[in-house]
Amino acid sequence: MKTFILDFIYILSAFSFVFGIKQLGKPSTARRGNLIAAIGMTASILGTIFLNDTVLPKNYPWIFGALIIGTIVGTLMAKRVQMTQMPQMVSFFNGMGGACAALISIVEYDHYLQHADSPSATRVVILLLGLVIGTVSFSGSMIAFGKLEEKIKDIHVPAQQVVNMVVLLSIIALIVGMAGGYLTNPNFIYLILGLSIVYGLLFVFPIGGADMPVVISLLNSFTGVATAFGGFLYDNKVMLFGGILVGSAGTLLTVVMCRAMNRSLTNVLLGNFGGATAGGPAKTVTGSIKEVNASDAAVLMKYSKKVIVVPGYGLAVAQAQHVCHELETYLESEGVDVKYAIHPVAGRMPGHMNILLAESNVSYDKLVEMEAINPEFKTTDVVLVVGANDVVNPAAKTDHSSPIYGMPILDVEDAANVIVMKRSMRSGYAGIENELFYSPKTRMLFGDAKKMMTELVNELKAAE
Amino acid sequence: MQAIFQFVSENQLMIYLVVLMIFVGIELIEKVPSVLHTPLMSGANAIHGVIIIGSIIVMGQAENLFATILGFIAVCLGTLNVVGGFVVTDRMLEMFKKKK
Repeated sequence: MKTFILDFIYILSAFSFVFGIKQLGKPSTARRGNLIAAIGMTASILGTIFLNDTVLPKNYPWIFGALIIGTIVGTLMAKRVQMTQMPQMVSFFNGMGGACAALISIVEYDHYLQHADSPSATRVVILLLGLVIGTVSFSGSMIAFGKLEEKIKDIHVPAQQVVNMVVLLSIIALIVGMAGGYLTNPNFIYLILGLSIVYGLLFVFPIGGADMPVVISLLNSFTGVATAFGGFLYDNKVMLFGGILVGSAGTLLTVVMCRAMNRSLTNVLLGNFGGATAGGPAKTVTGSIKEVNASDAAVLMKYSKKVIVVPGYGLAVAQAQHVCHELETYLESEGVDVKYAIHPVAGRMPGHMNILLAESNVSYDKLVEMEAINPEFKTTDVVLVVGANDVVNPAAKTDHSSPIYGMPILDVEDAANVIVMKRSMRSGYAGIENELFYSPKTRMLFGDAKKMMTELVNELKAAE
Repeated sequence: MQAIFQFVSENQLMIYLVVLMIFVGIELIEKVPSVLHTPLMSGANAIHGVIIIGSIIVMGQAENLFATILGFIAVCLGTLNVVGGFVVTDRMLEMFKKKK
């Protein structure tokens, strides 16, 4: 009877995952979708504890202890994190899932050894694959986390590709050896563990910081696959179901993200972009830049008909979203038409800007996606670029040797005036110069986005 | 070789499930507006936290100290993945609720 109920719970949970993801795809139902999946998850966790016969009641205190610790720490971390740090938070939690998968494999292997029943070769392969993928996901996610926190720089190991290949082949050889019974020493599993950690590090080290979202999405699907192996291991369909669902959805999401940048996944993974060795000699742009002060910029915008704001990572770092909304409301009250142009890869994750601006109550219909807004720049008086760089670099359209050549960009140079707000002339993540800054239409407003935005608002008010 | 075929045959249902789920996953993501990619990735991240079931089984059958300690850590990390994942996603989506 217990098993029947448990199976029933698992079926409902599996359904809640698919339904949840489906609902997460629409802004109006997304929150409910997340809640439904969470309820399904809770049910399957409690079901496993109380209804699965292999779970011994004497271990209940341990299980509940771990659940309580994990819940408290997880909730606190998730509640305290700043909106700008969301990407690294996702990466961190993903890494935890990967580590969990790896630990399961290690303990399960020990379980086999204790019970002296030699498992079949296919079981060992599944167990080891779960270990390898989980571990790679863990160590890779931690590096991605570190890079987004700007604690770890891009590191290029000499002969990277060769080293990666050697590590990967050694892992495969060890798996074959252990499964085939050629390697009888059980401690080889730790060698596999060590090599997998190294592989995860090598995998993420050379990839540029701007590409971390893609990497996180990919590692997310890795953890999904590791979960699916866990499902095979225990003949547990809900684990298999959830794992494969995330594995495939995550892989597609990764591809969609790459497509938005007009780059292939291989190109991202080889670290050709944003890394220290960005393709070809950087083209230097000559010319002079024109600075503008907040008061002139404010006047220019006030007497415009149409202003488009292009937010970028600079807005997120400076936490300028609220004051940005204030500026927008003020300009609107003066009869200026204000919109936001959202580049698909602005910020650090797709949708990053939308989340930030929605946080400060910017109305949803003011956020316009790239394809929809590009024709509008021609009729725009002022474009205000806030801490964005590569997504407005015309080199993507004109310079064949540029590493970002071919990436779709926002056509801000079509507007009558461009005001670029940024901290310094430092180049963006692609590490290349932006000729937009030298255009005769462009004026630079140097300073922290929040500070400058506040000044703009004050100037507007003073100009009453 | 025979081992592989035997495995496939013994796990037919699971393999059918894998193939189907791959398509379901792709189908679900294909039509999502890019605005929701981040919350979706985060939500998917929470869902693969179902690995926690494996860690509970491992912990539940633990008989020696080694398995108990590692199992305990595994359940902790799995819970972090699940709880953190869902809470972060909820926080992101909270932002979308106000529509004028």
